[in-house]
Order: sequence, then structure tokens, then C-alpha cells
Amino acid sequence: MDKLSNEVWVFIEQRNGKPADVSFELLSKGLKLSQNMGGILKAVVIGNKVKDIAKETFKYGVDETIVIDSPELKDYRTMPYSRIMNILVNESNPRIILFGATIVGRDLAPRVASNTKSGLTADCTELKIESIKYLGKEYKDLLLQIRPAFGGNIIATIITPDNPTQIATVREGVMEKHFADSPKPVKITEIQFVPDPVDELVKIIEQHREESKINLKGAPIIVAGGYGLGTKENFKLVFDLAHTIGGEVAGSRAAVDAGFIPPERQVGQTGVTVRPKLYIAIGISGAIQHRAGMQEANKIIAINNDPDAPIFGISHYGIVGDAVEVIPNFIEAYKHKLK
Amino acid sequence: MFNSIVLVKQVPDTANISGKVMKDDGTVNRAKLPAIFNHEDKVALELALRVKEVYGGTVTAITMGPPRASDILRECLFMGADSVYLISDRKFAGADTLATSYVLSEAIKKIGNYDFVFAGRQAIDGDTAQVGPQTAEKLNIPQVTYVEEILSAKKDKVTIRKKIDGGYEIVEASLPVLLTVIKGAAESRPYSAKRIMAYKNAKSLTDLEGMTEGNSLLYTDKLVHEYEEKNLFIPTFTMDELKLDVERCGVKGSPTKVYKIESVVLAGGNHLKIENTKLGIGNLIEQLMADHILG
Repeated sequence: MDKLSNEVWVFIEQRNGKPADVSFELLSKGLKLSQNMGGILKAVVIGNKVKDIAKETFKYGVDETIVIDSPELKDYRTMPYSRIMNILVNESNPRIILFGATIVGRDLAPRVASNTKSGLTADCTELKIESIKYLGKEYKDLLLQIRPAFGGNIIATIITPDNPTQIATVREGVMEKHFADSPKPVKITEIQFVPDPVDELVKIIEQHREESKINLKGAPIIVAGGYGLGTKENFKLVFDLAHTIGGEVAGSRAAVDAGFIPPERQVGQTGVTVRPKLYIAIGISGAIQHRAGMQEANKIIAINNDPDAPIFGISHYGIVGDAVEVIPNFIEAYKHKLK
Repeated sequence: MFNSIVLVKQVPDTANISGKVMKDDGTVNRAKLPAIFNHEDKVALELALRVKEVYGGTVTAITMGPPRASDILRECLFMGADSVYLISDRKFAGADTLATSYVLSEAIKKIGNYDFVFAGRQAIDGDTAQVGPQTAEKLNIPQVTYVEEILSAKKDKVTIRKKIDGGYEIVEASLPVLLTVIKGAAESRPYSAKRIMAYKNAKSLTDLEGMTEGNSLLYTDKLVHEYEEKNLFIPTFTMDELKLDVERCGVKGSPTKVYKIESVVLAGGNHLKIENTKLGIGNLIEQLMADHILG
């Protein structure tokens, strides 16, 4: 194999000209990975009038940002975006590419992986660089892609040992963003957009988007409910408690699947990762995918009628009991203490 | 008239894993897991059937998997699929999403003459949502992922409502196109009693070989002929039949490898037990207020 690249790339997603949080979180992670393998960090920004976003990437330690700017690229569309990424990746074979596991990232990353025959691992909860031995062969500075699998019964470490490019997607909030200690000088490389007839195979007729009013990541207190609540009616108690103590409502995947709450409120590997001051988990058994999204909360209270529920294993406080009794008790006690 | 090919998958029922399914070394014993029809693929089939009902055409369902995956192909026939194919070969084992998309795209090319490829957004055993887009890329056709509704179709265009982060889009796509469908898009229809009666004995080659139990090959040939005559034979595409590059199939064709698997041990932990009484909870709240966690 030719000499491998030492570049880590992050695809910067933008919606209506606003960068997605997850992209900057990935820049912070990408910086660490690039440092650990003695490489460099590059951002790729595709859109219209995205120069400001390109400049912003340098706060997170980018060495170079590639920009493709054209009115035709204002909104994400599979064909032109994947065409551009395929060309860029085939030209430089970056060692690592990170995408946010958003609807856009999950639409784009597989096309790029398929075209460039690269390895792709979805929804990683941890990424690190390590030199390892695999099937008797030494590999230097490989990307270890760690993710829960199989209903959370196992945690798998996935590698892409023999291909030039390793691609991973990560959900919002899993990695933490912070400004780089020593940002590098701005170096923006603009690449001209050359349209192609295939870009027009799918046209956007209308777009409806609302700024989400739900802000799980920023909420200091989160009250989360699970399948154990049993009914949507009972789940209202979770809203009552959150309302009383000034928290945001969240839930496990099972609660989303059961229709108790919308997917935007899902905490866990395939939802949002949160780090609140207080996380109250009610009727949540504590499968690994859920824990991946909340175990770094400052304080965790678990309420569950099964004393053996795994959620107690990562909790600071545990209340064994039926949620329909415990929640009203909690609300009453809280109101009493406020007096 | 539109011809649709629907990608379906048999998946282990990961939501209902019991302790026994985990081996002592922490790996999953797939053979012991109940195998089910991936739900979103069923919804994809439902949308394909609705397109056929409104505009005419055909619906073909295909699955890549071990021989027992013919179970869900029979279920596709029960729902209304016109024809089904099993894509199965030992050399496909251990395929990651890239190797899977290579095999599926070649099978789709072999069937040919399609306007739509439908697939569920993702399968519950991996939740990756990768195979749909990877297959579209290999077919060199556009895709629309997270499809919520097919609004209308005409000659060579389809209008679709799709989910985006924070809302939805209406898009117009040229045919052929690959669509991945989310579960809210439709309620999949129940199996038709008439079709169950008609197709419950549909068999693949491996199914028939199992029936001959060591009898001569000729006997299997005869059975195959018999089932073909009755329109109950489920054809199997093997690696050779699809003229595939062995280097791109199965483990060999999969760039991603599982380096390590750790089984999750859920320990008891040292949490403080709070009594479910007003006093117990009251004390907890006092503590949290003192720690400035609750205000």
C-alpha cells in the first residue's frame, strides 16, 4: 500500500447557513486524534456564503479548511454533496473522516464510503488512536471505533485495518467541543464548484424547518422516563415532575418506540448525549445504549420498581418503587421544601 | 406502471434478548435468537405495494442472508410481492455494509428494469442506515432517505415528503431512485389469508434439499421442477450466479473488522438507597438543594 495519509477530516454540516453543533464537537475530537497520530486536522465546508463558518473552524484547532461555495449548494442535496466529497476523498485519501450522525451525515457518509470503498462505522461513542496487533500483523496508529451493539449487550471495537480511509459517524453531544489552546493561522482553500447534470436528479420543492424548542444538551436538569412508565398517561407524571423542578423532559429509546415522547427527546447512543447537573431516570432499566448518553451526568437519581435494574449501577441515589407513587411523593416533597 | 425492488432483511430480535442468548465468552449466539422481519423493511414493502396498486407494475422483494431468511420472503409473498429472490452463499458470511451493498447492487442489476428500489431506513441489529445509500451509490442512482410519504408519481418523476433534521422537505426525484423508508411512513398490511394458503409452501433450493434428506440430486431437480410449475419456487442467487468478485464479498470484501467485543457487565454499584417515603425523598431533596443541584 502507498504511504498512508496523516490527515483527519471533519465534514462541517450547515443548515440555512448555520453550522451544526455536532460538527464542531467532532473538530475537537478530530484535533485530539490528529495530535495522537502526529497528523493534521482539516475541515470541509460545503454550502453557500459559508466563509464565516470556515473561519470559525479555526477556533477548534483546524490546520486547513476546504471550502466549496456556490448558490447551488445552499441546501444539502445528496448528489452534489456526495459527488464533491467523493472527488475530494479519492484525491487525497485522508486517513480519517468524521461525520455527524445526523440525517444529513447518515445520507452522505455511506455514499462516500461506498464510492471510495472505505470502512464506515456508525454511531461511535468513543474514538481513539492506538497501535495494535490484529491477526498477527502490526498496525500503527489505527482508529479504534467503539460502539455498543446488539441491543446493548456488547460493546464492539471496530477497526478498518487495511484501507487507506477510516470513516466514522458520531451523534450530537457525544464529544465535547472546546476552543483549541493554540489555534493555527487561518488557511482556507477554496475549490471551485463544477455543476453536473446528476446534481439535478433530486430537486427540493419545499422545505419546512423549525428551530427546535427542545434543548436537552443545555438543560441543567433532565427528567427522563422509560418503557417502565407503561402508558402515555403515566408518562405525563414525568412532564409534571420536570415542570415542577424546572427540568427538561427526555426518554429512553423504548419510550420513543412506544410513542410516549418524540424522537427529539431521546437520550442515548442513537439519541442525544447529555451531561446535566441532575438526571432523574424513571422506569428506565439502564441498557448500555441509554447509559452511553447520560452516565456523565453530575448526579443521577434512578427510580425503578425492579431493585436489580442495571440503572442503579451508575446512579448516585436510588429509589425502589412504582413511578406512579414515587413521582407524586417527589413533587409534594419538593413543593414542601420550597416553602 | 412502475417496477419496484424491495430490500428486506431478517434480523435477530434484539429487543427481546434473553440471558441465554449470550454465550459465556460474551458473544451473541445468533442461532438462538428469534429471527424477525425487520420492521422498517416491511413498511418499505408496504409503500411499494401501494405504488403498484395506484399506478400498476410489479413488486419484487430480495433478501441477502442465510438459507433460513427464506422465511421473510414467504412473508413478502403473503403481503403481496409478485416475486422474491434469496441471495445466499457461504462466501457472503461476515459481510459488513459495504460488502452487502456490493452484492445487493449486483443482484438488483441482474433483476434489472426497475423504477424504484425501496428499503427500510435501517435494520435493528446494527441501526447503521448505511446499506441503502451505499447500494444507491453503487447503482449510480439518486436516493431519498428518511421517506415519510410518496405524494405522487408520474412517468419518470416522483414527489416525496422526507424527514430532515428539524422538519421535512418535499422533493422531486427522477427515476430510477432508491428510497429508504422510516417506520412512521405507513402501517404495513396484515398477511392475506388467501395468499398464505397460496404461498405457505413456497420453497428455496435449500428448503427443498432439506426435504430430500440425502436422496439423489435428481430427486431435488425433480422437486425444483415441480415447485417451479406450481409457481412456488424461490430462486436463489449465489456468488457464481451473480458473477461476483470474491474479493469484494463477505469477510474479504469488508473493510471494517471487529477487533474486540466486550460483554457488558452491569454491576450493582454503590448508590445511596432512598426510601420511597415523604421523609426519605424530602431528605434527598434537601441534600440536592444544599449541593445547589436543585433550586
